[in-house]
Amino acid sequence: MELIKLLGVVIVIVGFALKLDSILIIFLALITTGIVGGLGVGGLLETIGVNFVANRSMAIFIMILLITGVLERNGLREAATDLIKKVKGATAGKVVAAYGIMRGAFGAFNVGFGGVAGFVRPVVLPMAEAAVKNQGHEAKEEHVEDIKGMASAMENITWFFWQVLFVGGSGGILVQSTLASLGYEVELIELAAAEIPVAIFALIVGCSVTIMTDKKLTKKYYGDK
Amino acid sequence: MANLKFIQVNEVLGANLLNMVWVIIGLIAIYAGVKNLLDNENPSRYGTALFWCSFGVVCGFGTWLPAKLSGVLVIIMCLPPIFKKVKVGKVDTPSKEHTIEQYQKVGMKIFFPAVCVGIFSLLFAFFSNLSSMVAVTLGVIVAMIILMAYNPGENKPAVFLKESERFLSIMGPLCMLPQLLGCLGGVFTAAGVGDVVASIVEKIVPKGNVNVGIIVFAIGMAIFTMIMGNAFAAITVITVGIGGPFVLAYGADPVTIGMLALTCGYCGTLCTPMAANFNIVPVAILNMKDRWGVIKKQVLVAVIMLVFQICYMIIFK
Repeated sequence: MELIKLLGVVIVIVGFALKLDSILIIFLALITTGIVGGLGVGGLLETIGVNFVANRSMAIFIMILLITGVLERNGLREAATDLIKKVKGATAGKVVAAYGIMRGAFGAFNVGFGGVAGFVRPVVLPMAEAAVKNQGHEAKEEHVEDIKGMASAMENITWFFWQVLFVGGSGGILVQSTLASLGYEVELIELAAAEIPVAIFALIVGCSVTIMTDKKLTKKYYGDK
Repeated sequence: MANLKFIQVNEVLGANLLNMVWVIIGLIAIYAGVKNLLDNENPSRYGTALFWCSFGVVCGFGTWLPAKLSGVLVIIMCLPPIFKKVKVGKVDTPSKEHTIEQYQKVGMKIFFPAVCVGIFSLLFAFFSNLSSMVAVTLGVIVAMIILMAYNPGENKPAVFLKESERFLSIMGPLCMLPQLLGCLGGVFTAAGVGDVVASIVEKIVPKGNVNVGIIVFAIGMAIFTMIMGNAFAAITVITVGIGGPFVLAYGADPVTIGMLALTCGYCGTLCTPMAANFNIVPVAILNMKDRWGVIKKQVLVAVIMLVFQICYMIIFK
């Protein structure tokens, strides 16, 4: 029965879908695959050891943590706030789009500003709401709800598609090691380069959709102006 | 591109530098373990210490440890988080007033050290044969020096270590997920899981048509990521099961196909409540009424991006 070898895969899929503890899922999948794959205890331990050590590149983020916190202490978030405040006379959609551009550009250097909790909520949303006011409207609750959704969406879209441009990011490293296990040797910089058109296109699509949606919503909530 | 690489170090030095990188990372993790062991405010001192220290030893000294011993340490490392015994101790978060005060001192030039690591990894990838890991480390060191020069009163050497522990603890054991998944992928391959998946997919998808293979691979990545909520978990399984036998085996470019498969998976991430960190947690943080409020704003972009990437893969395969 070859199919029994898939038990580990099933555990991963079902486990993540059921929201079990992630490390528990992987732990069970490792052990199960070792047993049904006929690796034996010694063989399994050896395979785990070899592969975990071979995947150490994924821990490089710990090196970067040496400066992450210190940058925050020295006012990186305040600097980013000042930078985005330079966007003037904008609509809510344009504020969110401007945030996307900034988030993407810095994401390519693996620099973040605190995500939804640390930056969108305290900086981007108040700016977007102020923009609605500057256009002479009293921000409606439904519109604010939409802006929140758009800002979070922008946060995710730009981060997902731009962080892959960072040479040394965990996504590229995981692809590199997965391909290596299949016998294909690739360089991290090549992987990052392949994503450049995707990243640019994602930013254009993300910003256009946001600005157009906001235009449509402004019309819907406040009438033609 | 190879002729641009005028900085050439020999293999021995390259390997030694890389080993130094692992040792530094290992020592940071061990520091986090020891700090928490001695931290009275941590409700689970031993579990937390066991987790970070066993990781630190495998990571720092895995090059020289026997593989079986590394395997045992990985198993030990997994136990405390499974039993929820990895906790956060005393956290010294800088106050808003403090960071504003520092910002007034440092100003906009804080962006230089921030982008330093990215610039170094890019430059060294172009102009040297050094590992990206070494390049990142050099970037971090230069950023640390700049930060110390900017603000010597605030940024003392010990602060960097303390701050890295703070962030490591905030991230917690889940930050090990990518590495464990990478490891799982290797174990899957060793056990022959890829071949079995391939033999099943073979019954549904005609082998030999690379374009069909690409479409199945891309959509498969997106769907599996939606189910699992994690593109990293999906890519190890799907690349080995579909990408390898149905696309790469026919000579398609592993760089373009392998990498874009991941961002195809991200399209799935944008559409699923399973990716709670990205799609559900913000709903809570922003006090939104609609649980699907973030996802609804992402679906259109995700679909456009998936189609774009499939076309891109087919054209540049």
